[in-house]
Amino acid sequence: MGKARLAAFRRKGSGAPAGAQSGRARPNPNPFEVKVNRQKFPVLGRKARHAVGQPGVSRARAVQKRTQTLLKEYKERDKSNIFTDKRFGEYSSSMSPEEKMMKRFALEQQRQHEKKSIYNLNEDEELTHYGQSLADIEKHNDIVDSDSDAEERGTLSAELTAAHFGGGGGLLHKKTLQQQGEDEEKPRSRKELIEELIAKSKQEKRERQAQREGALELTEKLDQDWKEIQTLLAHKTPKSENRDQKEKPKPDAYDMMVRELGFEMKAPPSNRMKTEEELAKEEQERLQKLEAARLRRMRGEDMGSDSRKPKHLSADDLNDNFVLDKDDRRLLSYTDGKMSVEEEQSREASDGESEEDHHEDPSDENVEESSDPDGHSDLDSDTETEEDCGRPDTEPRLAPQKRLANNGHKAREAARNELPYTFAAPESYEELKSLLSGKTMEEQLLVVERIKTCNHPSLAAGNKAKLEKLFGFLLEYVGDLATSDTPDLGVIDKLVVQLYNLCQMFPDSASNSIKFVLRDAMHEMEGSVEARGRVAFPGLDVLIYLKIAGMLFPTSDFWHPVTTPALVCMSQLLTKCPILSLHDVVKGLFVCCMFLDYVSLSRRFIPELVNFLLGILYIATPNKHGQGYTLVHPFRASGKNSELLLVSDEEDTATWQRTGLSLRWASGLKAQTKTEANHTRLSCLAVCVALVKHCALLYSSLPAFHDIMRPLRALLTEHLANRTHPPELQELCQSTLSMLTDMGKQSQRCRPLVCEKSKPVPLRLFTPRLVKVLEFGRKQGSSKEEQERKRLIHKHKREFKGAVREIRRDNQFLARMQLSETLERDAERKRKVKQLFNSLATQEGEWKALKRKKFKK
Amino acid sequence: MRHRYHSCCNSLRELLAHSSLEVKELALSTLMRFVQLEGGHPLEKPKWDGCYLFPHQLFKAVVEGLLSLEDDCSLLLSQFREYLEHDDIRYHTMQAATDIVVRVANRYPEVPLTFWNNAFTLLSAVSLPRQEGRTSSFYVKHAKLSQTWKVVHLKEHRKAFQLMWLGFLKHELPLGLYKKVLVIMHDSILPHLAQPSLMIDFLTRAYDMGGAISLLALNGLFILIHQHNLEYPDFYRKLYGLLDPSIFHVKYRARFFHLADLFLSSSHLPAYLVAAFAKRLSRLALTAPPEALLMVLPFICNLLRRHPACRVLVHHPLGHELDSDPYDPEEGNPAESRALESSLWELQALQQHYHPEVSQAASVINQALSVSEVSIAPLLELTAFEIFERNLKKKCQESVPLQFIPAQGLLGLQDDLCAQHFTLS
Repeated sequence: MGKARLAAFRRKGSGAPAGAQSGRARPNPNPFEVKVNRQKFPVLGRKARHAVGQPGVSRARAVQKRTQTLLKEYKERDKSNIFTDKRFGEYSSSMSPEEKMMKRFALEQQRQHEKKSIYNLNEDEELTHYGQSLADIEKHNDIVDSDSDAEERGTLSAELTAAHFGGGGGLLHKKTLQQQGEDEEKPRSRKELIEELIAKSKQEKRERQAQREGALELTEKLDQDWKEIQTLLAHKTPKSENRDQKEKPKPDAYDMMVRELGFEMKAPPSNRMKTEEELAKEEQERLQKLEAARLRRMRGEDMGSDSRKPKHLSADDLNDNFVLDKDDRRLLSYTDGKMSVEEEQSREASDGESEEDHHEDPSDENVEESSDPDGHSDLDSDTETEEDCGRPDTEPRLAPQKRLANNGHKAREAARNELPYTFAAPESYEELKSLLSGKTMEEQLLVVERIKTCNHPSLAAGNKAKLEKLFGFLLEYVGDLATSDTPDLGVIDKLVVQLYNLCQMFPDSASNSIKFVLRDAMHEMEGSVEARGRVAFPGLDVLIYLKIAGMLFPTSDFWHPVTTPALVCMSQLLTKCPILSLHDVVKGLFVCCMFLDYVSLSRRFIPELVNFLLGILYIATPNKHGQGYTLVHPFRASGKNSELLLVSDEEDTATWQRTGLSLRWASGLKAQTKTEANHTRLSCLAVCVALVKHCALLYSSLPAFHDIMRPLRALLTEHLANRTHPPELQELCQSTLSMLTDMGKQSQRCRPLVCEKSKPVPLRLFTPRLVKVLEFGRKQGSSKEEQERKRLIHKHKREFKGAVREIRRDNQFLARMQLSETLERDAERKRKVKQLFNSLATQEGEWKALKRKKFKK
Repeated sequence: MRHRYHSCCNSLRELLAHSSLEVKELALSTLMRFVQLEGGHPLEKPKWDGCYLFPHQLFKAVVEGLLSLEDDCSLLLSQFREYLEHDDIRYHTMQAATDIVVRVANRYPEVPLTFWNNAFTLLSAVSLPRQEGRTSSFYVKHAKLSQTWKVVHLKEHRKAFQLMWLGFLKHELPLGLYKKVLVIMHDSILPHLAQPSLMIDFLTRAYDMGGAISLLALNGLFILIHQHNLEYPDFYRKLYGLLDPSIFHVKYRARFFHLADLFLSSSHLPAYLVAAFAKRLSRLALTAPPEALLMVLPFICNLLRRHPACRVLVHHPLGHELDSDPYDPEEGNPAESRALESSLWELQALQQHYHPEVSQAASVINQALSVSEVSIAPLLELTAFEIFERNLKKKCQESVPLQFIPAQGLLGLQDDLCAQHFTLS
């Protein structure tokens, strides 16, 4: 085993020089010494390691190596002692002979020196530092006085440094000399020295403190003197002092001031004022931009791509809080409740962002208002002037009480003094309700407005959440108002504007609140559908929520998180709720109107709506033929409600005048007289026919227009045939019918459908499958561990073989050596025997010759 | 003693019509106990040993009491249902019910509705086991069972079951009851009949009735056609006739479309027929609510996928312009409706639908149809509320877009329809 290891080692050792030798041998190879290993196939990229072999050279090298190692061992096999050369670096091959000699010399020197010191006890080398013995210095154990350190503020005094470290420069050197002199005259102990130092530093400290106190005393004295002089000098100065003292305990005013200043910081116009044309142009551009975004959403183009940018908000200038300012200004000037928000709002719509220059240039604004194309004919002139007067009031938005008092509107404000000016944002719906209940419409609006102002998000951190909650509460309040017996529609009408403003500020939370109320309504409906199989029309509140949703969010979007559910909700109202009374008809028609308003821009098709209108027309038809149309749920062809809208009283028919339907009908208003009910019926019918007409306009471009409108046309023809309707209605029916037929005629001819051409499918390309081949041969295609194991087994096998081969060669070498030894020995013996024989023969010969001589003689 | 027993039974039988439910329940349980005891200890001596014993007279009286003419016995019947677990009670109930129905129908010219309702409740409570069970449970205890008894065999049960239902169904039933029968027909009646083909008469009659009843009869008919080789002439024509606008609004919409999908899944149907169906459905889709549209649009597309010959309905590049739609919606025969000459313009119109998903579903026909069919099974039961919830939960990636036209009041701008037609006061 030991031999095997040795052989392996030898093989490894011989590897490197062999490569080097072959590299060297290549330029001039002896063709008789070279053995060429012929390759069967030249493989690209494979290195031929053993293309050329030199058997002679390598054998010679192996033999040489063995003679150096194995042979030596063999020869010393019976010897028990070994000669070892213990000279330094004798066996290390990395050192050059010169180095070896140098080292040996150094070692020799060292040995000599050591030997010397052992026996030479007196001689001692002394180390010094600046002439002082180091041993001497080492006697002071370094004590760093932390107290003095702190007092000296980190810097050590010169003496201390000198004492502890022996000084650092030429100057100190002198001192040490001096000290040495002192030492000479009066040798002081180390302790004394340090005590002295401490005493010195303490004294210094005391002196400094005294100095500071003196300075303080002096300034105080100076102050007092100055005060005395001041009282003598002027009378006014004490007052200012008083004011100073007063201001301190009253931080409110100060805070207010700071906030006001902070507020005004945002206001200063950085650009020059824009002219009206520029403003108009800007406004137009803004609207164009918004319209483009709306169209894009309507077509649903960015449904897939997420790269939609919320241009809406930025374009609306909502981020810089100007909307609120604007609103404050307007609504605080709300003085005697005469002015309507709607007018204000439309004026705003017309001059949009030109608000900023309003308070700076009121006359300009007046001109603008009078030339307003929207025509606020009902805008009272006194309201207008009041508004102008009130406008300055509103500038101090956050401290209104002070300015209002200053402006001398006390008389007018006195009437409204019962309303506090600041309101905490309501934390619950009940709180809001208690705030608003029992107040008039104007007061309610004012309260809401003030809540909004006092809790503007720019004022405090938590205000945003508060106002977001306010939106939900207001929505609930609106619902409550709508469900009450006598719905206060006027207040709702005005509150809508507030809701819109809040929604512009917090779109996400507003959308969540609206979604929440819609979900509530739908859940209620679903519950009753499951329980009873049918559901009554919900109250006015749901309708109003739907309407508000349509006003706060864009209705024309292809998909919108709020309006799409609202559309589904309306569709449910029209399909699931049976018409049982006149109220239901009114509600249904209101839903229809909303539905059509929702799709007025996108012109989308609503099957339920057409069905519903068909049903309404049907229940107003007296004699049913039922040709060309089929009623669908929730209408029935026969039953107790199948003639709900039929008016048989001719007198009522004659006195009917077309008016708008009142929303109060939807909230359970009872008809006082039969005539009134009949009039409402006729109004409903008129609205229905008008809606049919609108639908015809809206859907005239649809390819299946004919088929959609066929049932409606059939029913309208029946209506016309009756001739019992009032003339106005008759006329409406006539025009609608003619429109339906005309539209049908001029609507495009039926062109067969053709699919869009799809792109030709590209030919299938067979790209080669790339597999990483790490190793060739049998080892391929197994796991990494398995490969590693196989590799190791293979390696072991080869090494084992190699080792066996080496051992065999060693044995051969040894045998050869032994043989040669034996031969040598035999030859020696033979030679000696021969020699012996020779000498014996000569001896014998000589003896014989001698004997012969004797005999001869 | 026997006389007393009979009078006791009679008075108990009268108490079954008592006004109080507890009294009725007690009377019923007492009577049933009597039935059990009398079965075990017969009044007359059995003629031979191992003879089957059951108090027929008494039990018949009980069933008659249950099938009251005047008042609704559904609660009592639900209690009686427990006894129907037992084989003998079930068997004799079926026999008794058959007799009673025949007798009542003969006796009264105008049978009251409550009787029919009671009878239906009792009949539908009877449910036979699917396989012949070895362990038959008997209410009346017997020492040992004999294979010669009729009660033991399921076949006899089936015969009785069939007799009972046929006897019940051959009478003129009220419409509501028709529907109820048809609803359970495929599930709990047809599989248990000895000869299901005897139901053909009833089902064809119901199928010809039209409306919802036809829709419901479809299911039973399908089983007969599918499993019992029923030849039904003009089946598809009638199916075509069933398609009217109310189909999207009725309760049984899912069931109908599931079956229609099955009927139209055959690839051997002629193209004109499938085209007529597709055209009819798309015409009806013009009046459908979104939840139905989401189901019927893939349905139509599936029809077109199965029958490539019908693709001319959505892709007809060589067609000429027409003045009007050649399809005749009034024509009852799908062969003459000229649907193949038409195109599905209705789907094109529905691409403008207000609901985004419907619009997307209708836009499928713009491109060449994909090869694989869309499974409509998950869409069958879709309700509007689910759509609503789904829309509500869908998240918007960015902030919610807002209306940029400022609100001016509840009714909106001047030119809005609401403002035109409605006033606040």
